[in-house]
Amino acid sequence: MPVRVQTQDFDAGAEIAALRRGNPKIGAVASFIGICRDANDGDAVTKMTLEHYPGMTEKALENIISEAKRRWDVIEVLVVHRVGELRPTDQIVLVVVTGAHRGEAFAACEFIMDYLKTRAPFWKKEETPQGARWVEARASDDEAAQRWEPPESSAA
Amino acid sequence: MKVKVLYFAGLREQLGKPGEELDVSPAVTTVAGLRTLLMGRGGAWQTALAQGRALRVAVNQEVAQPTTPVKPGDEVAFFPPVTGG
Repeated sequence: MPVRVQTQDFDAGAEIAALRRGNPKIGAVASFIGICRDANDGDAVTKMTLEHYPGMTEKALENIISEAKRRWDVIEVLVVHRVGELRPTDQIVLVVVTGAHRGEAFAACEFIMDYLKTRAPFWKKEETPQGARWVEARASDDEAAQRWEPPESSAA
Repeated sequence: MKVKVLYFAGLREQLGKPGEELDVSPAVTTVAGLRTLLMGRGGAWQTALAQGRALRVAVNQEVAQPTTPVKPGDEVAFFPPVTGG
């Protein structure tokens, strides 16, 4: 199953080993791990709660993976995203992409994260000394996702 | 017409409920129409769903636009811009 949403932690090494086990066509593995930091927007963060939209989350992630596979020649993709309570240093998200060569695997991995940040229905609420607050979406994340849009069709 | 409406994250907190089953007038045919109907409840509903507030909508778990049709039995979700990853 290429998509998992879970409360428990994950072991990136074990996930990568399972994903590429016995497949001699794989020559490259690119991965990304997102981690809970202890500060955001200038305030200390002591805890974070991740909420999601069960059902739509899985569909959105599967659509993102399908789009990545359409754009790049990759072999396997895995996305694991945690929900519930997380603390600084906890892992939040894992993306693994395998392929024959590194270029396609790197690009697909970055694309998947950029789209996940702007399209998958997850929301973070963080606890700070000033109280709890919902994290605001960042324009920089929209810009990162925008890079992958097809170029505007020219009038010519 | 019966529809299931869901609210997530900060919006759920502002509205004080995670969702509801609604029996709406057949005159409501789009996402925009449903939003206007809910705003008509006044108070937090009017504030939280006001035009200009950054809100996303999904119909049957697919990203939707104000003009997206709403049909009997649909699941319509309102939520703030996403912040996962």
